[in-house]
Amino acid sequence: MSTMTTLTRGVYRENPIFVIMLGLCPALAVSTQVVNALGMGAGVIFVLVCSNAFVSLLKDFIPEKVRIPAYIVIIASFVTVVDLSMQAFAPALSRNLGVFVQLIVVNCVILGRAEAFAAKNTVGSSVLDGIGMGLGFTLALVVIALIREVLGNGTITVFPVGGFDGTFVIPGLSEQPVRIMSLAAGALLVMGYLKGLLNVIEDVRARARSAATRSATRDGGRA
Amino acid sequence: MTYIGIIITFVFINNIILNQFLGLCPFIGVSRNVESAVGMGFAVTFVMSLASLTTWMIHNVVLIPLGIEFLQTITFILVIAGLVQLVEMVIQKISPPLYKALGIYLPLITTNCAVLGIALIAVRNEYGAIESFVAGFAAGVGFLLAILLMSTLREKLDTEWVPKYLRGTPIAFITGGLMALAFMAFDVALLRNLIG
Repeated sequence: MSTMTTLTRGVYRENPIFVIMLGLCPALAVSTQVVNALGMGAGVIFVLVCSNAFVSLLKDFIPEKVRIPAYIVIIASFVTVVDLSMQAFAPALSRNLGVFVQLIVVNCVILGRAEAFAAKNTVGSSVLDGIGMGLGFTLALVVIALIREVLGNGTITVFPVGGFDGTFVIPGLSEQPVRIMSLAAGALLVMGYLKGLLNVIEDVRARARSAATRSATRDGGRA
Repeated sequence: MTYIGIIITFVFINNIILNQFLGLCPFIGVSRNVESAVGMGFAVTFVMSLASLTTWMIHNVVLIPLGIEFLQTITFILVIAGLVQLVEMVIQKISPPLYKALGIYLPLITTNCAVLGIALIAVRNEYGAIESFVAGFAAGVGFLLAILLMSTLREKLDTEWVPKYLRGTPIAFITGGLMALAFMAFDVALLRNLIG
């Protein structure tokens, strides 16, 4: 597998949220504002890259039977690093994300990648895999957050820079937002329809491919 | 009275799945049929009650006196992993069919955010020992309620016509969203009216 595929695979084709459907809880819980999604994404990328690197480094020393607890300890250590750094350097973000910073430790994406990829591959490609999967996770989070914040609040909140307070207000929508989108129910609805949309895109692509190869066996969508 | 308050809060108002988004993976993954959903619900309730109590003890008896609260994440997750192992062995012994049905999801309770989530929430809310236990139990009942409702709905959905692209997980999410909408009827005002 080429270096480039290792990196880009996580972004679209094996996107952790939309395709593998792992790590959904934080994805839906913190996606009320774009800034939270970015903060959460940054935390996950850091933990994913570091834990992939360490699992890959230590794969020959960890006995087979205790590998999962060992991975969890590695992951929990880096989550503690993220949690404490965030409390120190970005207290507002840390308050917004609340308990979900510590819950990165049980994000299935991270343990999943440690077990499925880092434990079998070299340090270099594990780091690349971590970056790719982390970016895919962040991207999915930002997409969900963007939809929810624009529809539910009529704003887009990013980091404040200089005199700019970090909030874009969308005229029209901000006076009469679809409030439900920023609440719990909206997250599940957005996720469901996005996944449906993805199925449509996949189907269209599959049709285009089979038309190109003039393949006789045509599969009209997944069961 | 506060115990009743905690129970109502965690079962209905802050339902662990439909309001806090903890434990979505089993909610979507194991809710295809009622039997395994109920099994998963009971396993989670059991683990959660024990885990909240145990982590409270660890936090107040070990971490605080030693001044090492920063090890919270690591110790909590290890304690929960140990507990899950125990539950797994007990279920394997008592009910092999249930063990078979739950398949890979039982070990996954370890990485079920709900269990660690409720332990951390109990610590953040500065609950006492019994309050933590009750919160864990109530959150587990909330999980059981949500996953039971979901699995019944999905069994019905199997026989209904669903647009092609929404079949499977998308419709499960949308169903979950509508359930969350219904659960919004329970809010803090209800609690105040009930117990003053």
